[in-house]
Amino acid sequence: MALALAPRRSVSRLRQVLTPLVAFLVALIVAGSVLAAMGKSLKIAAEVYIVEPLTSSWGVQEVILKATPLTLIAIGLIFAIRANRWNIGAEGQYVIGGMAGGAVAIATHGMGAPWILPAMLAAGVLAGVAYGALPALLRNRFGISEILSSLMLVYVAELLLDYLVRGPWRDPKAYNFPKSVNFDAAATLGPIAEGLKLHWGVVLALVVVVVAALVLARSLFGFAVSATGEAPRAANFAGFNDRRLTMQVFAISGGLAGLAGVIEVSANIGQLQPSIGQGYGFTAIIVAFLGRLNPMGALVAALALSMLIIGSETAQVMLKLPFDMTRAFMGLLLLCVLAGEALTRFRLVRT
Amino acid sequence: MELAALILATVITAATPLVIAGLGEHVVERSGVLNLGVEGMMIMGAAVGFAGAVLLDSSWTGLVIGALAGMAMAAVFGLFALGLATNQVATGLAITILGLGLAGLIGQPFVGQPRPPLAPLEIPGLVAIPHLGPALFRQDAVVYLSLVLVLAVGWVLNVSRAGLVLRGVGESHVSAHALGLPVLKVRWQAVLFGGLCAGLAGAYLSLVYTRFWSPGMTAGRGWIALALVVFAGGRVWRLMAGAYLFGAILIAQLHAQAGAIGIPSQFLSMLPYLMTIVALIVLSLAGRRGAGAAGSLGQPFVPER
Amino acid sequence: MSDPAIPLIRCRGLTKRFGSLVANDGIDFSVAAGEIHALLGENGAGKSTLVKCLYGLLAPDAGSIEVRGRAVHLADPEQARALGIGMVFQHFSLFEELTVLENIALGTAGARADAALAARVAEVSRIYGLDIEVKRPVWTLSAGERQRIEICRCLLQDPRLIILDEPTSVLTPQEAESLFASLERLASHGAGILFISHKLEEVRRICSAATILRGGKVVGTADPRVETARSLASLMVGEGVSDVRPPPRHERGEALLEVENLTVLPDVVHGMPLSDVNLTVQAGEVVAIAGVAGNGQSEFFSVLSGEGGVVRRGRIRIAGRIVTGSSIGERRRLGAAYVPEARLGHATLPQRTLSENLVLSWHDTEKVGRLALNLRRLKQAVQTIIRRFDVRGPGEDPRAAQLSGGNLQKYIVGREIERKPKLLVVDQPTWGVDARAAALIRQTLVDLSAEGAAVLVITQDLDEAFEISDRIAVLTGGRMHPPVPTRMTDRDAVGMLMTQHHDGRGEAA
Repeated sequence: MALALAPRRSVSRLRQVLTPLVAFLVALIVAGSVLAAMGKSLKIAAEVYIVEPLTSSWGVQEVILKATPLTLIAIGLIFAIRANRWNIGAEGQYVIGGMAGGAVAIATHGMGAPWILPAMLAAGVLAGVAYGALPALLRNRFGISEILSSLMLVYVAELLLDYLVRGPWRDPKAYNFPKSVNFDAAATLGPIAEGLKLHWGVVLALVVVVVAALVLARSLFGFAVSATGEAPRAANFAGFNDRRLTMQVFAISGGLAGLAGVIEVSANIGQLQPSIGQGYGFTAIIVAFLGRLNPMGALVAALALSMLIIGSETAQVMLKLPFDMTRAFMGLLLLCVLAGEALTRFRLVRT
Repeated sequence: MELAALILATVITAATPLVIAGLGEHVVERSGVLNLGVEGMMIMGAAVGFAGAVLLDSSWTGLVIGALAGMAMAAVFGLFALGLATNQVATGLAITILGLGLAGLIGQPFVGQPRPPLAPLEIPGLVAIPHLGPALFRQDAVVYLSLVLVLAVGWVLNVSRAGLVLRGVGESHVSAHALGLPVLKVRWQAVLFGGLCAGLAGAYLSLVYTRFWSPGMTAGRGWIALALVVFAGGRVWRLMAGAYLFGAILIAQLHAQAGAIGIPSQFLSMLPYLMTIVALIVLSLAGRRGAGAAGSLGQPFVPER
Repeated sequence: MSDPAIPLIRCRGLTKRFGSLVANDGIDFSVAAGEIHALLGENGAGKSTLVKCLYGLLAPDAGSIEVRGRAVHLADPEQARALGIGMVFQHFSLFEELTVLENIALGTAGARADAALAARVAEVSRIYGLDIEVKRPVWTLSAGERQRIEICRCLLQDPRLIILDEPTSVLTPQEAESLFASLERLASHGAGILFISHKLEEVRRICSAATILRGGKVVGTADPRVETARSLASLMVGEGVSDVRPPPRHERGEALLEVENLTVLPDVVHGMPLSDVNLTVQAGEVVAIAGVAGNGQSEFFSVLSGEGGVVRRGRIRIAGRIVTGSSIGERRRLGAAYVPEARLGHATLPQRTLSENLVLSWHDTEKVGRLALNLRRLKQAVQTIIRRFDVRGPGEDPRAAQLSGGNLQKYIVGREIERKPKLLVVDQPTWGVDARAAALIRQTLVDLSAEGAAVLVITQDLDEAFEISDRIAVLTGGRMHPPVPTRMTDRDAVGMLMTQHHDGRGEAA
């Protein structure tokens, strides 16, 4: 081998914080080169992805709105991944949460009571917790890889939603479109203030970020989570029960993903349909890594990726760039982030 | 009986991509590397292989091109997971996401274009067996290749020196390195072979099994291949048995949907995924939880200098 | 070239540095054919480094190496092997799930695990008296049997010089005898043996020459057959490290640890089951459990701490309370403290600071905070430990991985002692620890018992067991021989007990 890895003795904080930024830039450069090679105008691309989302109040709000579910799911993932439990199936928990909240909305359609919205949110969270508990149970009881089980459950959740929305929950007045009734006002998460598009889910997400940051950095539970991921034997020596912790982080991760699901369905989509998923559960994995598995970092990363997704929706029209392009970019971005993280731990040396 | 033979033939075709992808990943995991990018490599094989077949008007060439596309994705995986010792789980996921995106882009112009079926190979004599003969012995060459591959991989892993070294590297890369065995080189070879297999399996799906390209057509088969490797517990024949079992489930599910049994089609579609979990539960209850996994599976290797 | 006067290997002025540390400093040294030569010195004296240079694993910064009179430059172990130098390492490079034959094949260039190799192995075993069953998977083997695999790998290359690094540290006294017989046979065939050890009695038993290293330099050569253990020891250690001061005779108190008829199934892959173990440790005494690795020590520690093991029968009591199903936290609240064998990754989180590592065993009993960890108090506590236990490391609050073995062990022991435990269970208190730190740790254990605590020490080091314990028990094959007062037994008797149930792993002897 011409090059080899040599461990770095210590890593400066500056380097650690800059690394995801550099990774993002590298990924952008690569993507930009590909765009240019495809004959697309980079100027238009820059406008679509960067300028437009940030220069109008409407644009900024859209970015924040889209970042909300990403943030919530990513925070949950941070707890899980730090403990070395890979909840790849957050997408499934998100869908189940949306379904549960939607079920409440459908069942109470027309009632117009103030407890409907809290009930929806609670249902979403609890459903997410229960669905997230399944991979944890399978791991604790049968030693089954949570990667495989949570992933299989994503397909199950999406198929279940498809069945319900085309069957028992279909809006009879919807001309055979696979969708539920439109949620009425009592089941809609409203804006924070008159004229704003931002809804209360945004506030909820910010609260979650702050609480998570404190818990992970300062509390005994946060210490236990990190210890379990760093050295399971040492965590066991400390008495941090491995199975209980697995259940706890999956409950947190599932619950937050479920919360994200019900918020999106209630505030943005306003109904149940087969495509409520939108891949947030997978994008959130990238958000978590880009944010260096740190709640504050995840918030910033969520905003960045939100800009990207919104831009890509416009780009589909303006630049004829299909969404697959964005998906490929996400994969590339994750690779760059991982490489960057590896390079903070190792130097490349000639042999 | 005729119907049974026909179903058997389709089960074989359904199982073959799982066998091939599973074998590739089996070799990779025996060398100590966990590759979650199989799904991405498979779908790249499906898309690039299909595109190549249409452009060059040859499904056989398409199969080869698809296999190479899978290998190319594996090379990217290797660059990060082996070259930079990045976290293997996250890297594999990144490759899958990248693969899904790229495959969608590459396959887009070819949606809706059909491919003619591959000419089947008959095994003379055996094909004359009543009922079963045509089902078993009149398949396309890739099916026979998959069987040869099972035997070859089994032999190489368990009898040859190269296979011994690979198993040693997977069991303990620390000991292997101390003995002067080339850990990274062996893993690179395994990973590239795995990519080749995954790509071929994907190309088979789009060029032979359905003869169409559609986005996301692997539908999680890559993940099922990973589950099959766990199920195999280090034994190649169990991998094959599991793949055929899943092939049967996939076909049964299709027939049940077409036959309008009364169960909503979505629940039938759930079968393969639920069965994966059930199979793993059964494996655990049979006391084989974790057995057969390579000792250093998933651990990044950075040689001490 | 067969002139017996030319040494098999000689180095002149060999020097090797690691940063600012000079591990080997101008070493002159040689081994002759037919000689069993000891390389003596305490942990950290530079023995391993020297030997790695001789085997081509490290490149010396200065000096020369001659093999049979010809100067050589050893770029890697392959070259060393080609020149007839073989090495058996202290830590084996084995593959647990593969068979003995497959393991030997992997260590032999180009070999397959086939009948031809099996024949060669049988030949070597016969000539040198190595008892090996080639079809067994390695995980079923004892430490002594595993070592024979390594020796076999070495002998298949037909070496003229064989280097062994601390070979007896994992053997029972009887297995050591068997090894010595093989070595003497090898020497009589004209090979040269270089034998690294810090165990003086053994060295005096079979070596005809010895070179003593201290602080990276050669401080003397000797003929162990005429020297006494005392003179060799003083050469090795320099200004005498004080013997452990036995405490003034003190009272034995209540039983703080009671193990009754304990039968345990392991919950790790290839663990050793424990059968019918009985043991009592009283306040004010030190009980040592002797035995070489692989006889159930880790499993016993695990079930005592509550970290693992499935108890089939029997009970464990701490301070009179039954704790058999209790968590490690509950046991700590009853006054128990534990020091496991593995320092990094088990006793400590390697990438966390010493103050953060306090949380691991303190959060159950000390006030470290739950919603918010009290980092300031932890940092202060760490300073106390560093002072009291002479923990040396970079900075005020270094990460665990930055400390040397001895210093980290002092911290770990200190961390538990500061909790003022009633019962302390320690697994291998001084393995890989330099002499000074080892002495401090042993003294700490003895002092703790003098203050009324019960101390249980699991150790492979028989000398240590005899030095600090009031009673010695032996754990072999998962069974425990009842403890006897240390004064009333000796190494030979204990060694005999260590060999008895050797086929362990659930099979009765």
